[in-house]
Amino acid sequence: MTALIVDYLPIVVFLGVAAFIGLALLISPFVVAYSSPDPEKLSAYECGFNAFDDARMKFDVRFYLVAILFIIFDLEVAFLFPWAITFGKLGWFGFWSMMVFLGVLTVGYIYEWRKGALEWD
Amino acid sequence: MIDFFWTQIFPILIIVGQSLLLLSALLIFIAYILLADRKIWAAVQMRRGPNVVGPFGLFQSFADLLKFVLKEPIIPSGANKGVFLLAPLVSCILALAAWAVIPVHPGWSIADINVGVLYIFAISSLGVYGIIMGGWASNSKYPFLSALRSAAQMVSYEVSIGFVIITVLMCVGSLNLTKIVEAQDGPLGMFQWYWLPLFPMFVIFYISALAETNRPPFDLVEAESELVAGFMVEYSSTPYLLFMLGEYVAIVTMCAMATILFLGGWLPPFAVAPFTWVPGVVWFVLKVSFMFFLFAMAKAIVPRYRYDQLMRLGWKVFLPITLFMVVVVATVLQVTGWAPK
Repeated sequence: MTALIVDYLPIVVFLGVAAFIGLALLISPFVVAYSSPDPEKLSAYECGFNAFDDARMKFDVRFYLVAILFIIFDLEVAFLFPWAITFGKLGWFGFWSMMVFLGVLTVGYIYEWRKGALEWD
Repeated sequence: MIDFFWTQIFPILIIVGQSLLLLSALLIFIAYILLADRKIWAAVQMRRGPNVVGPFGLFQSFADLLKFVLKEPIIPSGANKGVFLLAPLVSCILALAAWAVIPVHPGWSIADINVGVLYIFAISSLGVYGIIMGGWASNSKYPFLSALRSAAQMVSYEVSIGFVIITVLMCVGSLNLTKIVEAQDGPLGMFQWYWLPLFPMFVIFYISALAETNRPPFDLVEAESELVAGFMVEYSSTPYLLFMLGEYVAIVTMCAMATILFLGGWLPPFAVAPFTWVPGVVWFVLKVSFMFFLFAMAKAIVPRYRYDQLMRLGWKVFLPITLFMVVVVATVLQVTGWAPK
């Protein structure tokens, strides 16, 4: 437990220092800068006219699809990490186990491609 | 009491000092990287670039910092104020956080943890939150669309970066960044670094890093002709500065990762006398600057991609190539017995 703290405490301290610098930068203009807000200045950006409707509108379902595909492949990468570093010790058994897994994944990938999940037109 | 101070508080103070030193060195480096970016861009277009503030414009970035701090911060009336202000902070802090584990010299890292690569991979994945929060909280159309695009783009290229890192890890057999650099040490010098045996992966890492950090030619997030300034449209003053800072820190982190994974970190290019006299940190900074030069040249030379081309490149070209290369590298290492035991 203490070894873990000794390893990771510097990261927490570093994050704290980084947060302090970021926060100082963020707050400083609210303290020192001249400010005179008016309704036009504070309205949402649009090319010279009022926005037609709310900005939180419907969007293309493909973004959602990409997010799902990402989860599949990123989990796979996370799954490969421990295999990749112990791979010399595992020998041929470890090698073929992962090849079977990658083969199954490739089948899924080909299915996605053929179904058109990767198309953007 | 005094004993408590020396055993508990003093080590933390040392870490705080180290963090401050690293962060200030990093921020000054970024100030000049920003200037170099503008200068290189200008030189390619036969312009002079910033040359008024200080000799050759050397103090330009510091003048910009002063200007940002003295500008009026605007929070749009329709925005969710808390999230709107939190977004730039998140994106800046997360970008800086990666530097806690990066070794710039033998033994010079804030935390030499044994899962360094995993830590950087995780932190850089979180970077997309700053952009999504900023885009959503602005409550304006351009930031919203831009945030969606950016999320999909960063997420797509992260997968191929992951596979590229896997191939390097297979050659090293460790997740520790120091060990990755040490594994590239040898009598052949720069020809023993992983850029040569894993050259295709190095190229893919470079292009994916451009896309991951929203750099041109993949800067669709802030394609001026379509989305004005992307998710940063509603930002002004230092909230905007923090986004810019986060972006450039992420770029330098990617350059540092390329240096560590493929260009031998702090190792000198040839393991003979005049090169070994130069301290490792100088080689590290030189290599990071070289990688950044490649980034800047891509910005100056290559025209912007279209969004469907970008997604096709990520999912239909890089993903299959990197997946295939993982299998090839694994097979070669296993057959020849070069895999680290």
